[in-house]
Parts: sequence; structure tokens; C-alpha cells
Amino acid sequence: MNVVTPFEGIGASVKRKEDLRFLSGRGQYTDDINRPGQTYAAILRSPHAHARIVSIDTAAASAMPGVVAIFTGADMPDLGGIPCGWQIHNKDGTPMAEPMHPVLAVGKARFVGDAVAAVIAETRAQARDAAEAIEVEYEVLPAAATMEAALAPGAPLVHDGVAGNVCYDWHIGDRAVNEAAFAKAAKVVEFELVNNRLVPNAMEPRAAIGDFDRTTDEYTLYTTSQNPHVIRLLMGAFVLHIPEHKLRVVAPDVGGGFGSKIFHYAEEAIVTWAAGKLGRPVKWTAERTESFMTDAHGRDHVTKARLAMDADGKFLALHVQTLANMGAYLSTFATSVPTYLYATLLAGVYTTPTVYAEVKAVFTNTVPVDAYRGAGRPEATFLLERLVDVAAAETGMDRIEIRRRNFIPNDAFPYQTPVALQYDSGDYTATLEQALKTADWAGFEARRAEAKARGRLRGIGISTYIEACGIAPSAVVGSLGARAGLYEVGTIRVHPTGSVTVLTGTHSHGQGHETTLAQLVTDRLGVPLAQVDVVHGDTAKIPFGMGTYGSRSLAVGGSAMVKAMDKIVAKARRIAAHLMEASVEDVEFDRGTFRVAGTDKTKSWGEIALTAYVPHNYPIEELEPGLDETAFYDPKNFTYPGGCHICEVEIEPETGITTVVNFTAVDDVGRVINPMIVEGQVQGGVAQGIGQALLEACVYDNEGQLVSASFMDYQMPRANDLPPVSVATHTTLCTHNPLGVKGCGEVGAIGSPPAVINAVVDALKDYGVRHIEMPATAAKIWGIINASRPAMAAE
Amino acid sequence: MYDFEYHKPGSLADAVKLLSADPDARPISGGQTLLPALKHRLNKPTSVVDLSGITELKGIRKEGDKLVIGALAKHFEVATSEVVKAAIPALAQMAGTIGDTQVRNRGTIGGSVANNDPAADYPSAVLGLNATIVTDKRRIAADDFFQGMFTTALEPGELLVAIEFPIPEKAGYAKMRNPASRYVMAGAFVAKTGGTVRVAINGAGPGVFRQTEMETALSTNWSPEAVAGIKQDADGLNSDIHGSAEYRAHLVTVMAKRAIAAAG
Repeated sequence: MNVVTPFEGIGASVKRKEDLRFLSGRGQYTDDINRPGQTYAAILRSPHAHARIVSIDTAAASAMPGVVAIFTGADMPDLGGIPCGWQIHNKDGTPMAEPMHPVLAVGKARFVGDAVAAVIAETRAQARDAAEAIEVEYEVLPAAATMEAALAPGAPLVHDGVAGNVCYDWHIGDRAVNEAAFAKAAKVVEFELVNNRLVPNAMEPRAAIGDFDRTTDEYTLYTTSQNPHVIRLLMGAFVLHIPEHKLRVVAPDVGGGFGSKIFHYAEEAIVTWAAGKLGRPVKWTAERTESFMTDAHGRDHVTKARLAMDADGKFLALHVQTLANMGAYLSTFATSVPTYLYATLLAGVYTTPTVYAEVKAVFTNTVPVDAYRGAGRPEATFLLERLVDVAAAETGMDRIEIRRRNFIPNDAFPYQTPVALQYDSGDYTATLEQALKTADWAGFEARRAEAKARGRLRGIGISTYIEACGIAPSAVVGSLGARAGLYEVGTIRVHPTGSVTVLTGTHSHGQGHETTLAQLVTDRLGVPLAQVDVVHGDTAKIPFGMGTYGSRSLAVGGSAMVKAMDKIVAKARRIAAHLMEASVEDVEFDRGTFRVAGTDKTKSWGEIALTAYVPHNYPIEELEPGLDETAFYDPKNFTYPGGCHICEVEIEPETGITTVVNFTAVDDVGRVINPMIVEGQVQGGVAQGIGQALLEACVYDNEGQLVSASFMDYQMPRANDLPPVSVATHTTLCTHNPLGVKGCGEVGAIGSPPAVINAVVDALKDYGVRHIEMPATAAKIWGIINASRPAMAAE
Repeated sequence: MYDFEYHKPGSLADAVKLLSADPDARPISGGQTLLPALKHRLNKPTSVVDLSGITELKGIRKEGDKLVIGALAKHFEVATSEVVKAAIPALAQMAGTIGDTQVRNRGTIGGSVANNDPAADYPSAVLGLNATIVTDKRRIAADDFFQGMFTTALEPGELLVAIEFPIPEKAGYAKMRNPASRYVMAGAFVAKTGGTVRVAINGAGPGVFRQTEMETALSTNWSPEAVAGIKQDADGLNSDIHGSAEYRAHLVTVMAKRAIAAAG
């Protein structure tokens, strides 16, 4: 066995192990998998946002060529509803409204795209042809297409049993303390904003294949999931009533998720259940239009906030009232996003002593809304960082100075916020200063003047943010309503010749885990990277796992691996001690070499591994053969990445077109394992943040039709919409996990939107603009310019 | 997509015969409009007549004081043709901005003009340059050819063969792209040909149209300033989630100014 090359361990920008597979077209995605005798499913979807299903006539469709079966909700009386994974309680302590979410619509369709019938046929085209031939009689009902419409007196009820369309009315913080602080304020800033609804648009559309083996009663589901074990639990236990040992869930290569592939979707249950009924595999693959209409959307908040300050600009209190759109049904983690992933972040990086937040979750006749890259934390950050800029403007304070004055100081950690969280570490001044320097904040006015000479309006914006990742510990989230544990599982399997297979309960769908997690093994065990493989995404191979979301894979999954490696090293040292006839206490291990302390007696990693599996000379009375360990890791706390983003824009006044000309991100993601991958993650997140801020608008009309249901109308960021992004890290270590890591998957999408909008507002400062809602499109900006200076309209 | 018959005739006459015999047959050249419609099951032709094998529809050449472009010329060919670049550089430049690389290597000028998508590029060049549409049956002036959204003077079964462009003294094109689709949100093609000025506006309205007020102003003063004060009437222009009619009206003036500046 080679001695470790340090360039492959922690801190090395090694190229991604998975990329040869992906770049040469050899990835195996769900739709690439075909099972013998496979059939195809097409889903007939409601064209109406809200309609009573009077009748469904499948006679003509059933007689069409190739049709194997047609199912409706009436065929599934024994199935459970699709469950929600987090129970929120109202202010009065009662539980949230949790209406049934049937696999196929029963009685009513509640959004455009709601699944009404499933056609199984020999070919995809035959399934679609037959779906079109199903005759559904709808009684179209008035729709509650927006939260405003859903909350209006006499609004149509999305669920007959949910009065006022309110899922829950929740709060956090101490109202009395909060009000008392407002009473003493020298200045109160009031502000309203919208966090725009987004369509996630992973590159790979969702897909699922159900398979069933009559001889063993075993079901297999291949699915585009970020967390196959969670799907097995939710679908097996709650919907289809299949015990775990008879249900295998495989999430092979997955082409992006951004949260949208966390959730258990109806189509997964349909294909699995139908495969059992028919004894044949059933495949369903979403078309892009179905992705727009049925993937859980993101964000969609309307918020009112008040910030109390003293005469010196110190924040005294924050009061936030948010309406959060749930869509028509509760998706898996929908209820946690605007509560424990949002309101708990409203202290931000500031010492605001009291925060009181009220969140009302609202049912509407739209596709369910759930976690999307950042999930709650971008909404909190956008609110805070816009509010701080408005507060600065209205008190005449400098935008940087007001932030500095309110930062949680470095000596205050661990810092207990007024909204439940305890931050373990951070250095907000350091990330701020580094970003100001990199972005040349001090030189901005010269650039603004130069742009003005060219007829451009140039603006600069900043955001100093924090997020909470690696949601945990299980006992705490359980007390807050989570219906799952949030630990992670790692297995380190050392083979007889010393190579290693890692089994992880996390899932990689673009993040590069096959490289980053392998680097942990190389660094600790000294095994070259080429001899470490990471296996994920199959409940038949991996002991257990909670999957990948919330930037948790390294902080929680990596830490589980460290625990398993601790066990491996402990056992290997005992084997080495036996071989070298030394006491265990005297055996040192450093990256591939076991040494009797203070001597030149050594054993290599390969010798120990071989001895473990060929135990001829082995302490067999006291030690089992083999070198294969599993560990579960339940974190003690969240991790708290944070940092500073600075954005510079130029606006062309006669068209309103905004160009992002500079973007600087300085993030504290804790210890960095692979800097190249971190940079890629931040760049991707910033791209999505710029998308939200300037480009992406998910629009429903008043009848609940999705107007932006294709790329012709929904603008995803393209390469030429994006600037070069300067990415740097400034590390403070997480204090409570063994790697000191915090997470990097979401920081880009969390920190960037307010930096962009703050820059746009700054660019328009001569036009009296206080705020501009996202996305700040050219048409919207031109409207502002035109309204404030009509004489310029035709210039 | 639904099932259909596929034909690939080798001559113009055969293509016309197939299309005349069946009102539900559809011609296809680059397929950049028809194929997406078929894939989305928005169109259900009985047969698709592939024109790509018909040599009479091909070629780019200069004939006297005219530039003649065959219907099957791909956007990429027009953009890179030395003949086009020498005769009407604004047309080559326009072709180079249509869609993306993939679209430009499939889409054809005949398909674009015959489809008359209000947000397409070429119709403004055809109208602005006062081109003549040559079909298998007749010659049609640009002013008579475009008849509003997705509507032209072409009769059922009639095929666009080539477009004859008079070579202008000056011509320029500018557009604002729809942020999502990258089709034209508002565009202006300006040309001065034999002392006559034409201004054709695309993207902003339900079909390409001439901006006569600007034409008059430019006839006496060929400069961006001449049109800067001319406001396009927003009445009847498109309004959608990407921009109001007022915004598009404003963009018409901005793009006209830019097109004139580009023309020099």
C-alpha cells in the first residue's frame, strides 16, 4: 500500500471521481434503467385549479391499443395519504390542519396538475393516447389561487374541513418582551416584502420505476430521490403498508434536486403499487411541463416586519408577520420551512435582543410548496438584509456601519439567540472585511461615476448572513414536531487488500460526495483516493440514512464516517499490536502506517487489512476477524455557515436591463475538504440566487393556471446572465462536529438575493426607490424609472 | 407526438402535389417551430412533408441589384455567407442573433418567414427591406405578405421558394430579447433603399408592422435623434408577464434609435 499523498486528503482540490462517468454520458439515471417486461405510466392531470370530479369514464380509454390498466383514486381505498413529515402547532397549542393527500385525487382536484388517473400501457405513447381518451366530468369551482384570495372572507375552501384555508397560525419568541422593546425605541422601521415563488427545475425531470417480484413479495422502487431511505419509510409505512424488508428503494444517479427531490411524490406510490397489482414493472418519467406543474415549488412568502432601533442604530427588537403558501397539499417538509427553518434565523448575525415572529401557513389551489435550496433561510436572509439597508437609509447611517454596530461579536460565542438557536462559532467582521477588500467597496463611487459617464446606473449591495445547516439533534427536532430523526449513518468497509468502500446514507445528486467523502478516508486512513469508493442511494446496500438536504452531508454524514473510522482505527491498532508484539497503547497510527512508539517497528495498512481477513496470526480469542464498521451520528447542534456577499450591478436606464458586473462571496463554511468543489457549490448557489433576484418569476393567474409553465416564460439563469463570481472562504471551525465543517450547499442561494436587490436599489437611489420586489426584471425597473421621470421615457 | 406519415419529396412539384392533396399535411424544413408543437401534441398533421431534399429551395446568390436567398437557407448560412455579408450586412448580423447555435443550424429563412411568428426576427428584415416573396406560383410584395399573427398571403399548398432582397444603401437592426424565450420582445429593422426609408417593427405587436411616422422623420434626417421623440402608440401592442404594451412601445423607439445607429 502506498503512503498517502497529502494532496488527496482534506484541503486538496482533487478532480471529481464521478466526472468521468458523467462527462462521458455513462451516468445511470432512473430513466436509463429498464426492467424486463416493463410498462409505462401516464398520469391524467387536472386542467382545473379547483374542481369537483363528478365522474371518470375510462371505458373508451381501456379499449385502446396497448392499455394494460387504468387506475383512479377509487381503486385505492386501502392506501394511506401522502404524509407530512413535520407537525407544527398553532399559537394556542392545537395541532396544524393536516388534510388527506390522496395518491390519486378523490372527489376533488385541488391544483392544475393534480393526479386524477394513471394509465399503464405497453408504450409511453400508448399510455398518453389513452390518458387523453379518459372522459372526466368536472364541476369547476372557484379557485383560491393566491394567499390573498385564500384568506379573503368567503374564499373557496381548498379542503372542505380546513376553515379559512389556514394550515397553522404559529409563533416564536416572547410577544410581551418584544412589545416592551418597541415601546422604548427611538426609531421604528416598517417594511413589507414578497419572497417570490420559484420553480426548482432540476436538469433531470423526476422519474420512477416500480418493480415487484411475485416469488419473494419484494418491491423495488427506482426513483429520482435525494433520500431513498426516507422514501422507503414514508411510502412503505404510511402509504402502501409494505414493511422495510420487502421494499427496496434505489436512487441511482440523480441530475440535480435543490430540495425538490427530497419529498415523497404520488407517482412513486403509483408505480410501486401498480407493479404489485400487475406483476409487471411500471415506469413513469415526467415531461418538462409536468415538472413545472408538479414538482414542489419554493419560497412564496408575504411578510410584514418592524425593526426597533435606539438612537445609535442598535437593533432593539424585530417583529415579523409572514404568510407562507403551502399550495394545495402538505408536501413532506413544507410545514417546517417557514417555521423552524425560517423564523429561527431572524436574529441573523445581529444582537437583536428580542425577535417575535408570527407565521400563518395558507392552503391555495396551487402546486405544493416545499424546501428549495436554502429552504426558509433565504427568506429570512432576504427580509433581514433588505430591512437593514432600509433602516440604514432611513436613519442616515452607512450600510456597513449599521451592520458592524449590530454584529454578534467574536467573544460572544456560543451565542444564544432569542429565537431558539445557539450559534457555536463565526467571525462576521472577518468575512465582511475580506469581502469589502476583494470587492473594492471603497473604490465604488469612482466606478459609479465612470458608469454614469457611459449612461449607466451603477449600484453596489451587500448582505451579511448566517444560515443553519445539518438540522439536529434528533431529540430537539422531535420536540419541535419533526417526525423523523436527523442523524446520519456511515459504514467503512475495509477490504482484505486494504481498499475501502464507504457506504453513506447521504445522497449525491451533483454535490461531488463520491470525491469529498473519499477524501475523508484518504486523509484519515492513508488509503489513496483511487482505492476508496463511495456507495450511496440504495436501501439494499446502505444500512440506513436520512439523505442529503440542508447542507448536511458532510457535517452529519461525514461525521458518521469519522466515527466509523474511529472504530476501524481502534480495531486495526489492536491487530497491529498483536503482530508487532506490543501493547495497544504503544501503537501509533498515522495515515497508513502503524508504529510502535519510539521505535522503527512498523506495519502497513495493507498488512493489517489482510490480517483482519486472513487471521492466521490473530488474537482470535479477543477480537473478531474483519474490518468493517458502521456508525450512527446524531449531531449536538445545527452548524452555522455564514459570510458576506457583495454584488455590483449596472442598469441601462432606457431599457431597464440589469447586468451583474461583479459578485464577491466570502463564506465561512467551516473546514474546507475540497476547495474546488466548495467553489463550485457557491457559484451554483449564487447563480440560483441571481436567478431569484433578477430573473425567475413563477406566475399563477387568478384562475390558478400556471402562466409560467415552460422555459418560454420562466427564465432560468443562463451563463451570460451571470458574472464571474469571486469565491473565497474564511474559516472558523464548527465546535461540535469532529471535522469542524459547517456546509456549503446553500450559502450561495441564501446570501446572494439581498446583495443583488440591495445593489439594484442602490443603483436607483436617485429615483426614490425604497424597495423593488424580486425578480427585478427589466420591465419592472423601467417602470420605476419611467414613473419617476416621465420626461425620460423616450430617451 | 401523434403518429403521422412522413414524406421526403425530391422536387418542388412533388412537394406541392403532396401538400395540395391533403389540407392536413404540413411542410417541414428546419422544424424549429413545428417539432416542438408536435412534441407537445399541439399539432396533429396527417403527414409531414420534409422539404430538405429539394434543391430548387436552396442557395444564396446575388442577382443584379438583388440578393436572393433560397427558402432552405439556414440561419447559420445566412449569418456566415460572404455574399450576404457584402450585400446586406445587417441581414447577416440579424441571422447570427436568432435563437442559439442549435437553432441557427436547423432553422431556415423560409420557415421563419412563412410561419410569421410576431416575435421572429426575419419578418422585420423582409418588410424593412421591401423584399419580394417568391413562391411556387407567384411573387408577393412584403407589404402584402404579412397579414398578422402567424398569418401570411400563402395559400394552402403554396410553398415559399426564395426571398429577393433589394440591396439597400444602409440598413440596421436592433432588438430586445424576451428574457425567457429569447425571442424578440421589440425589434426594429431600418433601411434606406434607393432613397426610400422603411422602418419595420417586430416583437412588439401581434405582427410585424411599418412605423410610418419614423419613416417620414428619417427621410429628411437619417439619425437616431430624428426618431428619439417619436412615441409608438401602445394601443394594440402585446402585453404579458414579461412586459406591458407601454414598455414595448417605449422599446420600439429605443430599438429604432439603435438600429439607425447600427446602420451608420
